[in-house]
Amino acid sequence: MTDSVSQATTAKEPLFVLRGITKSFPGVIANEHVDLDIYGGEVHVLLGENGAGKSTLMKILYGFYRADSGQILLNGEPISIRSPHDARGVRIGMVFQDFTLIPAFNVAENIALFIPGLKAVPNIKEVHRRINELSERYNLQVNPQAMVSQLSIGEQQKVEILKLLLSDARLLILDEPTRVLAPHEVSALFSVLDSLRKDGYAIILITHKIKEVLECADRITVLRRGRVAGSLPRFEASEDKLVAMMFEKELSRLQVSPKPALDESVPPLLELRGVETRGEGAATSLKEIDLNIYPGEIVGVAGVSGNGQKELGDVILGLEKCISGTKFMFGEDYTNRSIQKVRRSGVGFIPEDPLTMATAPFMTVLENMALSKTWRYARLGGLAMDWQAVKTDMEDTLKKLGFSLSLHIPAKSLSGGNRQRMVIVREMAHNPHLIIASYLTRGLDVQSTIAARQALIQARESGAGVLLISEDIEELFTLSDRLIVLHSGKTVGTLKPEETNIYEVGYLMTGSEVRHVPNC
Amino acid sequence: MSQIADTPSRTSSFILITLLALVRYLFIFLMAFVLFSLIILIAGKDPILAVKDTFSSTLGSAYGFSEVIVKMIPLIFTAIAVALPSRVGLINVGAEGQLYMGAWLATWGALTFAASPTWLILPLMIVLGMIGGGLWAFIPAFLRARGLVNETITTLLMNYVAPSVVTFFIYGPWRSPGNALYPQTIDFVPAARLPTFFGTRVHLGLVIALVMLVLYWFVMKNTRWGLEMRAIGGNPQSARRNGIPVTIYLIVILCVGGAIAGLAGMSEISGIHGRLRPGFSPGFGYMGFLISWLAGGSPMGILVMSFVVALISSGGDILQISQGLPYAVVNILLAITLCVVLARPAILKGKKA
Repeated sequence: MTDSVSQATTAKEPLFVLRGITKSFPGVIANEHVDLDIYGGEVHVLLGENGAGKSTLMKILYGFYRADSGQILLNGEPISIRSPHDARGVRIGMVFQDFTLIPAFNVAENIALFIPGLKAVPNIKEVHRRINELSERYNLQVNPQAMVSQLSIGEQQKVEILKLLLSDARLLILDEPTRVLAPHEVSALFSVLDSLRKDGYAIILITHKIKEVLECADRITVLRRGRVAGSLPRFEASEDKLVAMMFEKELSRLQVSPKPALDESVPPLLELRGVETRGEGAATSLKEIDLNIYPGEIVGVAGVSGNGQKELGDVILGLEKCISGTKFMFGEDYTNRSIQKVRRSGVGFIPEDPLTMATAPFMTVLENMALSKTWRYARLGGLAMDWQAVKTDMEDTLKKLGFSLSLHIPAKSLSGGNRQRMVIVREMAHNPHLIIASYLTRGLDVQSTIAARQALIQARESGAGVLLISEDIEELFTLSDRLIVLHSGKTVGTLKPEETNIYEVGYLMTGSEVRHVPNC
Repeated sequence: MSQIADTPSRTSSFILITLLALVRYLFIFLMAFVLFSLIILIAGKDPILAVKDTFSSTLGSAYGFSEVIVKMIPLIFTAIAVALPSRVGLINVGAEGQLYMGAWLATWGALTFAASPTWLILPLMIVLGMIGGGLWAFIPAFLRARGLVNETITTLLMNYVAPSVVTFFIYGPWRSPGNALYPQTIDFVPAARLPTFFGTRVHLGLVIALVMLVLYWFVMKNTRWGLEMRAIGGNPQSARRNGIPVTIYLIVILCVGGAIAGLAGMSEISGIHGRLRPGFSPGFGYMGFLISWLAGGSPMGILVMSFVVALISSGGDILQISQGLPYAVVNILLAITLCVVLARPAILKGKKA
C-alpha cells in the first residue's frame, strides 16, 4: 500500500488536480473557478474564513456534491467522482467535522465496516493485526477492542484516520480536525500527520486558524469568497501575509486593555456554593461547584466538551435544578428561581449551539431578536409589540459590534456564523450584568471573532461579569481574568492565566498524565 | 453573505403565496372528489348526481345555505380548539370530549339558574361552557407539562369518557320525566336559549365563533403572547432558555383550547337543541381537527375549511335521503380528504398545522 503512495511522491507530479471547479447554491456562489494541485507527501492546508468555500470544495472532491463545472484529474486523466463511493475508489478519504463512527461498536468493528470488499465472514483478527501495525507506525495508539462510546474525542479522531488508512486511502482530507482537541492532542495530531507525510500520503487540512497552518503545512492555499486568493509554499508564508490574503481590508486587532485589579470587597454578581446537579442520561452531573464572578471580571471555563460546561451554564440560567448547594445572584438567593426571573435580572446567555438552543428557525431574525426580552418590547400590557424599538436596539448593537444581518429573513436561512452573530447581538443588547457565553466564537470568521471578543471586553469594562466557556485555550488565556478547569463535572483547577501555561491547563482538561508530544 | 438572501418585494411574494394556496386547495379537493366518486361508483350510485344533489340542496336554497352556516358554528370553535394548541406544538385530539363537557357544565347552569333573566343566564352558560371544556383539557395539559403522558393520547382517550359522563347525567339526575322513549334533559327555559336570526336556525354562536377567530388571529399576529407561543412551537428548548415560561404556556394554551371547544358544546345545546341529549355531536371535535390541519392553522383557512366541511356534512344528510347512501360516506370523504392532505406532494405544502 505504502509503495504505490511513495511512487507518486518521487514522480513529483501532482496526484490530483482540480481545474476550474465552480459550484453555486441558491443565492451563493460557493466555489468559483478554483484550481488546486494536490501532491503526495505534502500537508496542504486550505485556509479561509467561514463560508469561503473550503468545505464545499472538499466535499466536491469527495463526491458529496457535484461541481457545476470544472474537472478533477488523476495522474493527468480526467475522472468523474459522483459519490463518496467513487471517491474511495480512487483512494480519497475524508474525516468530517462530525465523526461518523458507530458508538455501540468497538474500534475494530467500526474500521472493518469501512474496508472495501469486506468478506462475508470478516477476519477480525487480521483487522486487529493491521490496526496494531498501522497505529504503531503512525503513533495512533488505540485499543481495537475499545467501544467507541468510551473513547475521547481525540481517540475517536485517531480511529477515523486509521479507518482511512486501512481502507487504502492515499489522500486524506481532514475538515477542521483541531476544532475539538485539547492543545497536547493537537500537537499529537500534527506529529501523526508528519509521519504520514513522510510515507508519501497526501493530506488536505481545512482550517481557519493561522497559527496551526504555520505549524504543520507544506503548502497553503487561501480561499476567499469561493475563489483562490493565493497558493504558496510554507517557507514563503507568514502570519501577516496569510491574513492579508484571507481578508481584503486590514483587520482590526483585538484591544485587550490591561486587566483591572479585582475588587473582591464588592459583593459578587454570582456566587455558587457547593452546587450539585443530577445529570440524566448522557448529561454530566456537577459535583461540589464553587464559583464566584465579580463585577468587571471574565472567568474562563476550560474543559473538553461534555465535562459539565453545558450543565454549569444551565444551572446558572436556572434550567438545571440544584440538588444541593446555593446560588446567589446580585446578592439575592436565586437557587430556586425560574429562568424568567434570572433572565429579567439581566443575564445574557449565548449557548453552545445557537440553532437548537437559542433560535426559533421559522421565525424571522427580528422576531428571534425579541424573544429573550419580550416583556421589554410589549406595549399595552402585551396586546402589541413595538417592533420599531426592537429594530432600533438591534441595529445599534449590530453597529457597535460591526456585524450586519438581514432582519426580515427566517432565522433558518442564516449560515451558522450569522446565526451565532444574531444570538450574540441579541444577548449583548441592553448591557447585561452577567453574561454566560459558551463557545462564543464557534463558527465565526477571524473578523467577527475579534468583534465578539471585543464586545465581552467592553462588557467587562462597564462592570459586567462574564463566564466564558470555551475549548479554545488561547481565547481563554487572552480574555480571562481567572480560569477554572472542569473535568467530569468537577472543578479540577482554579488558575490565573499569567501564572500557568496551556499545557498545564490541557492536562487538567483531559484529566490525564499523558506526556507532551513535541510538535512537528 | 447576509446581503444575498434578502426578501423579494412583498407584494409579488404575497400573490405567489395566495396562488400557491389556491392551487393547493383545488388539488386537494379534486383528488378527494375523484376518490369519493370511485367509492360512490362502487356503491352502485351515480357520483355526478350525488355531487349535484349535494350542491343544489345546500347552496341552491336560502334554507340550505343557512343550515350550512349552522353546521359551521361548532366547527369554527373546535378548529380553533385544535389550531391554538398546535401553535405551541400540542396536538389536541380531544375537542370532542371538551365539547361534551362544556355542554354538560352549561346545562347544569341552565337547569340550576333557570329562574334568572337572559342577560345573566346566557353569559353564565358561556362561562360555564368554557370552564367545563377548559377543566377537561387541564387533565391532559397537566400530565403533559409534568412530562408524564403525551397529550395526544390522553386527549384522544378522554373523548370516550366525556360522552359517558353526559349520558350518565341524562339517564340519571337530569332525565326529563316526560319523555320515556328518548332520554334527554327537560327543555331549557327560553332565557337560556341563544337568540337566532332571520327565522333560521343560525344563532348568536356564529358571532361568538367569529369573534373567537378574530381574537385568535390577533393574538397570534400582534401580541407578545402570540410571539412567545410561536417561539415555543418553533423551538421549545430555545424558548425555555430565552426565559419564556414554556410549562405555563403549555398548560394554559391547552386549557384555553378546551374552553373554546366547550363553547362549541354550549352553543350547540343552547342554540340548536335547547336541551342536552346524548350523542348530540356528530363528531364536531374530529371534524375540527381535520379543519385545523387542512387550514394549516391559519384563521382564514379555518373559516374557509369549516364552510367546506359543513357543506360536505350537510350534503351527507341529503345524500342519505336522495340516494339512499349511508351517512358514513361523509366520514369516508372527510377521511380521504385528510389522507390527501397528509400525502400531498412537497410543492403543495403550506405551513404545518
